[in-house]
Formats: sequence, structure tokens, C-alpha cells
Amino acid sequence: MISEIAVWLVFFLPLASFVAIAFVIRPFLNGYAVTAGYVSILAIATSLALSVWALGTVAHEHTSVEFAPHRWLTIGTLEISLGVTLDSLTAVMLLVVTSVSLMVQVYSTGYMKGDPGYARYYAYLSLFTASMLGLVLASSLVQLFVFWELVGLCSYLLIGFWYHKPSAAAAAKKAFIVTRIGDFGLLLALLYLFFNQDKFPAGLNALNISDINDAALGVLGSNVVTWIAVGIFAGAVGKSAQFPLHTWLPDAMEGPTPVSALIHAATMVAAGVFLVARFFPLFEASTTAMNAVAVIGGVTAIFAATMGLVQHDIKRVLAYSTVSQLGYMMLALGVGAYGAAIFHLFTHAFFKALLFLGSGSVSHAAGGTFDMRYMGGLRKVMPWTYVTFLVGSLSLAGLFPLAGFWSKDEILAHAWGAEGAVSQVVFWLALVSVFLTAFYMFRALFMTFEGDFKGGAAKDPKADAHGHHGEMHPHESPWPMVAPLVLLGLAAAAVGFIANPITDLGVVPIHWLTTFLSEGAAHETVEFNVGVATISSAIALAGIVLAYTIYGVRRPAISPEAMGRWFRPVHTLFYRKYYFDELYEGVLVRGVFYRGVAQALDWADKSIVDGVVRMVDRLGRNTGRAMGQLQNGQLQGYGLAISVGVLLIFGVYLLFR
Amino acid sequence: MPEGFSGLLTTAVFLPLAGALLIALLVKGDKRVRAVAGIIALAELVLSVVIFVNYDRDAAGFQMVDRVTDWVGAPSLKIDYFLGLDGLSAPLVLLTGILGFVAIISSFFSVKQRVREYFVWLLVLQTAVMGVFTALDFIMFFLLWELELVPMFFLISIWGSGRREYSAMKFVIFTFLGSAFMLVGILVLYFSTGTFDMTALPESIEGARLLLPAGAVFGLLFAGFAIKLPVWPLHTWLPDAHTDAPTAVSVMLAGVLLKMGGYGMIRVSATMFPGVMDDLAWLLATAGVVNILYGAVVTMRQTDLKRLVAFSSISHMGFVLLGLSAVAGAASSVGMTGASLQMFTHGTITGLMFLLVGLVYDRAHTRYIPDLGGLASRMPALAVGFLVAGLASLGLPGTSGFVAELLIFLGAFPAWSWITAISATGVVLTAGYILWMIQRTMFGPKLERWETLKDPSPWELVPVAVLVAVILLVGIYPSIVSDVFRAGVDPIAQAIQNVPEVALR
Repeated sequence: MISEIAVWLVFFLPLASFVAIAFVIRPFLNGYAVTAGYVSILAIATSLALSVWALGTVAHEHTSVEFAPHRWLTIGTLEISLGVTLDSLTAVMLLVVTSVSLMVQVYSTGYMKGDPGYARYYAYLSLFTASMLGLVLASSLVQLFVFWELVGLCSYLLIGFWYHKPSAAAAAKKAFIVTRIGDFGLLLALLYLFFNQDKFPAGLNALNISDINDAALGVLGSNVVTWIAVGIFAGAVGKSAQFPLHTWLPDAMEGPTPVSALIHAATMVAAGVFLVARFFPLFEASTTAMNAVAVIGGVTAIFAATMGLVQHDIKRVLAYSTVSQLGYMMLALGVGAYGAAIFHLFTHAFFKALLFLGSGSVSHAAGGTFDMRYMGGLRKVMPWTYVTFLVGSLSLAGLFPLAGFWSKDEILAHAWGAEGAVSQVVFWLALVSVFLTAFYMFRALFMTFEGDFKGGAAKDPKADAHGHHGEMHPHESPWPMVAPLVLLGLAAAAVGFIANPITDLGVVPIHWLTTFLSEGAAHETVEFNVGVATISSAIALAGIVLAYTIYGVRRPAISPEAMGRWFRPVHTLFYRKYYFDELYEGVLVRGVFYRGVAQALDWADKSIVDGVVRMVDRLGRNTGRAMGQLQNGQLQGYGLAISVGVLLIFGVYLLFR
Repeated sequence: MPEGFSGLLTTAVFLPLAGALLIALLVKGDKRVRAVAGIIALAELVLSVVIFVNYDRDAAGFQMVDRVTDWVGAPSLKIDYFLGLDGLSAPLVLLTGILGFVAIISSFFSVKQRVREYFVWLLVLQTAVMGVFTALDFIMFFLLWELELVPMFFLISIWGSGRREYSAMKFVIFTFLGSAFMLVGILVLYFSTGTFDMTALPESIEGARLLLPAGAVFGLLFAGFAIKLPVWPLHTWLPDAHTDAPTAVSVMLAGVLLKMGGYGMIRVSATMFPGVMDDLAWLLATAGVVNILYGAVVTMRQTDLKRLVAFSSISHMGFVLLGLSAVAGAASSVGMTGASLQMFTHGTITGLMFLLVGLVYDRAHTRYIPDLGGLASRMPALAVGFLVAGLASLGLPGTSGFVAELLIFLGAFPAWSWITAISATGVVLTAGYILWMIQRTMFGPKLERWETLKDPSPWELVPVAVLVAVILLVGIYPSIVSDVFRAGVDPIAQAIQNVPEVALR
């Protein structure tokens, strides 16, 4: 049994590390910035150990562990409390967050070595980790919202870490604002829940997550539940970069690569999936909401994958891949495959973090560029990076027996078996995405590691990171970077077995993870579907083979350039990201809003509202001046006026007597 | 009827005035003037903390009362000397203490001419504001409300920048206009009920036959508060006055003077006319959403840093109106607590913002946003302050701005669901202009022309640190302030809830 203190410590240790770095090391001991990394790593390692303990407790007890919440704010009927929930979902998320964060932080000691903002970097990473852990532990919706915004803050700070780069500063702002549009929906859902507080049975709190899931279905009408679920989902769409709020994530690659691995691949962007999973009973009660989740997820999966096909920047390929895979998870939730979605979140965290860290390692070797057109031939000089990147790619493509195979197959099998037209449609969307995923991933792999080295950062006009010039000599990265790659590679290969859909394996019984996550509730597990698995594997292989014939051989039968020519309009459409940035930023924000509405209101404020004020002012002055001119000091004038006045009064008196 | 004389509030109100007299008559030399002003400000800060801490939030009601009955005792005119503190005023007294301190300390380095006069006026201003928040006799309230104009006029027109005389005059005329209506309202109430006692008035009004319809009296009084807050379209004095005032005066103006409007709305409008308040809540909600969105959209277009912050204040004061409109719904005390907390928190956040803009202006001699840029590379500590102020302004959790906004939304939603939902889009707009402003001034490449800029000295950072600490403290554990506010507004909210449906039409 785990004590409440221990659970809180999982959150408080990284927070303490943030406080220590931000308030002591950064301002006073910046000469010893390297200690910031050690402090942060020590804290997260301890959190990882506690998380394992927590997971063990939940697995052993077969039930969630409840602790009484603590009062934070009480006003009338409003009671906001803070507490920790420890159920299977939280326990799995804790493990994902702490382990990936640890890997990334170790890796960063190599990757960020010598950066002038080293201490600041670790302060942000610690704050992010604490916020993310706070988010998955939260027992009340307000608490969840607080950490939800705080991870967004850390994302903002870390995307804009190199704030002197205008592109980084712009990307940071964009990420914050676009996700905030989604958060607006989440906020409305929160308000609507509190609005319905008096419908809840006495003793239950409309802002408490478990109370919402337990009681909401019984006391709220189906319309209300739908609206609340849709609001929550809007938050998830923003955070998980789902269509149509996906535009911020590719730009977020401006941040340091380990940050992309941790925040923009493994954990924070998956928070949207977590959020829907957290309120899954609520979503299940509304067919409309479930269908919305499935369709948005399915559309995003294929839509993002198409953009990933044509990017030159290896991190952008991975970013679109992340959007696409998150769409996969949403799709899974939408068709009711709760366990499978979280399972995919789990495996994806490892292989995508691995791929991002691998791309960082490659870039490190190539002098700081991320443009694959200037890479190539790195297989021989960076064997460790190559092998781990290959494992990650195969896992992402979903080949047997790697982790990605099991989780993706579970989703496909669910969608195939689920009833309703929506499930059928998203199944086919998902299947096409399998092909696209395999293709873009191996395109990236071949462009990066095969062929001849094409000069790296020295040849790339846009590269600026580490100041290498002249001839490049790529080299394998130092061990603090390689060791996390190897560990994550092992995870990307092996963690699939915990779901284990085929047969009992002694310590890991059949469907272990799914059963564990459902905690005995009625989320059904699907049987392993050999047909679906075979077809999806064949499709993935086809994608790999196609990528090989175009990018993997020295003299391809079909050259990439020829492909680009043949499909010119489509290629342009994909490469320009379907013109969404132009639509949002150019047309809507700059055109309609800034030059239209805002300019008009600003003009009205100056000319009309303040204009009236100035008019009144002028009227007053002019009247005053006119009156003043009457008093010119000439006695004859005054005498005349008095006489006329007296006569007038007398006349009026006579008339109305 | 609260009686007694503990002297604590009298000291808090008149200590700055005594300091002003001391400086005006006895202290020679700029250095000594600064020292004395600093000591007074510190004493006032300590005093306001003591008062806040000593306020017994469980007992509620008026405490620490200082009352001299029939201070002016003509047969037809009975005016009391009457100061008192309830849960609504206690945090505002604390806010005045904090911002008064910040304003005076930050002026040490930026005010170089006519130093003695400057600090005299600044101290007089503090007396006036402290007085408004604690006066419980309507005439005293009104006198102190008017007193505030005198120092403000001189502070803006002498130490200001830009079109300072125009702005000072505009500010004074606008406020006078409101005060004129307010005075009529006060007198109507006096001749209808025979008392200026603000604690007795709610009951007296209920039983009395007013000389004018209650709605009209409400309107007369509300006009004064609406100009002060300000409510659209009575806001155009604000950007001018804020922009042209010296830094510390902008801090006081945005930090506490605007709050006099919101305070009046709760202390007078809501308390004395619960029925009218209930009936007109829709108007407050509408005014609130207009202020929030109009203010935010116009803020986007501003290119002068100070003007940008000034317009953002209009948007943020809209939240106060929205919070007050919650009186018509089931969660009225949540909304009113939120509105009060928004006043407190906006005081600290915008105070900090103006302070930092002042520090930038002192160094770069420009506030024109397109000319600034890359300042974070030159002045990292200042950039951190800007980031905290900006994030608090856009309502990020962990800062006090979030709690206030959340309470306002939670309170107003049951009463005005659609209006609240539309207002909530303000959180996206706010994020837009704040982050854009930070991006254009703080981030971006190092610019050569700002090569000589250096971070503020530790002494200049003291006021920044004080405000940052308050913002974070209230953000992390809001109950320390919100519980006091709740104790103050709960009875008022209850009274409005208990208004019979057909109270008055």
C-alpha cells in the first residue's frame, strides 16, 4: 500500500527541483549551471521509483486508491479541492511521464551541454514534469485545468527557449494561443458542470472527476452530457493538435529537440487523449460525442500523415507523424477502444521519444541542421543512433513483433469489430494511414542514413545552431545521448507484450493491460484478429518497400523529383500544409480580425466615442466664449439689456395676468 | 450601530497626510524627502498588513471602527467622523498599502525635478484612497473621493509626459461630472432618510419614501462609479490619463483609483439598492461583455506600451462588471467574490505592468512597440518580471489573475450563460495581445541600439519583487484574500437573493 505522501512526492520532487534551480541555482550559482541537470535528474529518478511503486500498488490491489481531498477554495456552494487520484490510468501515465522525462533529461546533459541557458532549461523541464504529473494525478476538474494550463505554459517557454530567434518566439506564441482556443471549450465545460451542481446528489461535487464520472450520467440529461463532452473534447483537440487546431505542433519544433521528444511527442500532446480517457464514462454516454471523437481522430490521422510525406525537415516529419498517431488514439477512443487507446499512447510515448531523440542525435552529428536533404550516409558513422532509429521506425510502422504492432493492431481490430457506420469509415482511414506512416517514416530513414553524406549544416543555408562551418565530419553522439536511445529502443521493441492479446504468458496474463485499465469494468477486450493483423502488416511492408525503391537505392527507378513532378498540385498542397496557416494567420487573424474588426473598433474609439467627448468639450468652450463676449464692459449695452429684460418680464406679466 | 474608536484606521488614513505636511513644512533636501517618504510608505505598508491580518474573517461585519458621532452637528446636518472595515474593504486597504509603497519606492529613481512637491502629492493621494475605502459616512466618503482629484491633477500635469495638461484636465472633468451626479444622489438619500451613515442606509432606504424613484437615485450614484471603473463608453479619459501620467501615478491610477469605482458599486449600489441591482443585473452583464471584448480588441491595435496596458485595463474591469452581474443568479457570492478579487488582483498585476513599462521607458526613452525588441537578451530580470505580469494578466493558473477570472465565470454563468460564454472568448484575445506584446518587445534578436541597456538595480527591483510575490501567493493559495472578500460580500449577495420578486419596478 502506498501512502498519500508518497504519491504527492511524485509531483512535488520535480517541483522542488524547479524551485531550487529557478530561485537558487539560476540567479546565484549560474557558474555551476551543470548542477541544475543533476538536481533535476535526481528528482525525476526518485519520482520514477515512486511511480513504479504506485503502479505496483494499483496492480496488486486491483482497484484505484482513494485519498481524501484538501480544501483550496470554498465560496457558498462552490468547493474547490485538491487531491490525488491513483487509478490504473493515472498509474500508467505516471510511469510514461517519469520514465520518458528521465531519459530526456539524461540525454539533454549531452545535447544542451554548454548552452548559456542550461540552468533555465532544466528549470523549465522540471516545472513541465511537475505540471504534467500534477495533471495526471488531479482529482478535481479545476485542479486538472490548472495543470493543463501550466503544461501549456512550459510548452510556450520551451518552444521559445531560444527566444532571440524570431521563428521560435512566433512559434511559442502560436502554440499558446491555438491551444487556448481549445481550452476555451474546456473552460465552458467546467462552467456548465458547476452550473448543474444542484442536480448532483448531496455530498457529490460537480467539479470532482470521480463524482462526475459516477453521477453525471444519472442526473444530467443526454443533451447536457453531450455539450459537456464536446467542450472537454475541444480542450483535447487543442492540446493534442487535432484537426482543425493542429497548426501549432509542427511550428513547435523550434524548441530544443529533447523538448520536442518529451512535450511534443510523448507526454503533453498526449494529454488530450488522457483527458478524453479520464472522462470516458461521460463520453460513452453520448453517441454524438463519441462519433465526433472518432471522426476528428480518423480525419486527423490521415490528414497529418499526408503532410508528413513531403517535409524536408526530419523533425517536421516526426511532428506530423505525432499528430497523426494522436489522431489514431482519438479514433480508438471514439470507437470505444479505451484500453487500446491508452496502450497506443504508452507504446507511442517510447518509440516517438526515441525517434525525436534520434533526430536530435543525427542533427548533432550534422552540425545542427534538421534538413534531410543535407544528411545521408550517417548509418556507418552513427551505428547506435541508426539501429535505435530503425527499431523506432519499425515500431511506428507497426511491424511484428515490435511494440507499435500490438497497439496499432488492437486499435484496428476494435474499429473493425465495432458497430456503426462511423467505425467502418474510420477503420479504412486508419488502414490508409498505416501505409502512409510506413512510407514517410522510411523515406526519412533512408534520406538520413543511406546514400552519401551531403554536407550537413555547412551546406544548409538556414542552419544556425552550433556554428559549424566548412567541412563536416559527422560522428556518433556522446554516451549520455546514446544510452537513453538504447533504453528507449529496448522499450520500443518490447513493451508491446504487456497487452499480450494472444495467450497467457505466466507473469503477463492475456489482455493484461486492457484488463488492468478497465479495472474490471465492462470495457470489452477484442480477440486478436489474424486477418486484420496480416493485412495491416502487408500494407505497412508495402509502404516500406515503396519508400525503399524511391529513396533507398542509389539509382531509383522512380526518382523523388519525378514523383514530385507527376503529383505537382498534390505535392504543393501537402507541402504548403493545405494552406491552413495562410487561412488562419493571413486571412482570419491579420485580414478579418486585425485589419478589419480591430482596426474598425480602434477607429471608432478614437473618432466616435472620444469624438463625442471632444464635441461636448468644444460645445462647452464655444458657449462659454459666446457668453463671455456679451460681457464686454460697456455700460450702455448692459443698460439696454436690462431695459429690454424688464420690458419683456412686464409684457409677459401683463399677458398672463 | 457600530461604535467605538480604536484609532488604527484613522492612523492608516491620516499617516500619509501627516507625512505630506511634514515633508512640505520641515524636511529639506531631496535625499531626506525621499527617506521620509520611504519611511512613511513602509510604515503604511506594515500598518495595512496589520489591519488586514487583524480583520476577523469569521466575525464578519464592520471592525476596527473609528466613530465620532455628530462630528458636524448642525441641527439640519449631522455628519459623523466614521471609519470602519469589513471584508470588502480590508483587502483593498492592503492593496493600497502595497501599491502606495511600490509607487513611492519606484519614484526614488525616476523623479528628478520638484521632488518635495511630488512626494507630498503622492502621499496626499494615498490618504484620499485609504479614506475612500474605509469611510462609512457618506459625506466623508464623498469628500475623500473628491480629495483624490487634487493630487492627481498636479501629478499628471506637472510630472507627466506627452499631452499631460490635456489628459489631467480630461481626467478631472470626467470625474467631476460623475461626482456631481453622485452628490445629488447622496443628498437625495439624506433628505429622504435623514442619515449619512452608510451602514444604516440600506435599512433606512427600505423603509423610507425616497424623493426620487429608487432607480433614479441608483443611476445618479452609479454614474460616478461607472466613470471611475470605467464602463464603456465613459472610458476615454483612461487611456489618455494613464499614458501621460508618470509611472508611479499610473500604478496608483490603475492599481487603486479604478477600484474605487468597483468598490462603490458594491458598497453603495449593491448594498443600498439590492432590488434595483437585481433588476439591472442584465445591464451589468451586457456592459461587462462589451468592456471585456471591446477593450481587448482595441488593445490589439495599440503601439504605445502604456496605452496598450491602459486599454487592457478597460477589458479587465469588464470582468468586475460581469462578476457583479452574478447577483441575478444562484452563485451570486461566487461572482461578487470574484469581482472583488479581480479588483485586488488587477491592482497588483497592472501595477506591476506599469512599473515595468516605466523601467523600460527610463532606459530606452521610448514606449513605441515597433522600436523595441530583443530586450530579454539585454535585461533578463526585467523580462522575467514582464513575463510574470503578462501571464498573470492573461489569467494563467498559479497567478492571482486566474482565480479571479475563474470565480467570475463560475459566478456569472448560472445567471447569464450565453453572455458569460461570449465573455470567455476574452481569455483567447487577452492571450493574443499579451503574448504578441511580449514577443515584440522582449523576444527577437538582440538589437544594437539597445546595447547599453542594463537590468534595473536591486533597489529598483524591490517593488517588482513585492508585486510578483503577491501575485504568485494569491494565485497559489487564494483563500488568504478571497476568504476575507467572501466574508464581506456574502451578506450583500444574500440580501440581493432575498429581494422579493416584485420589490420595485
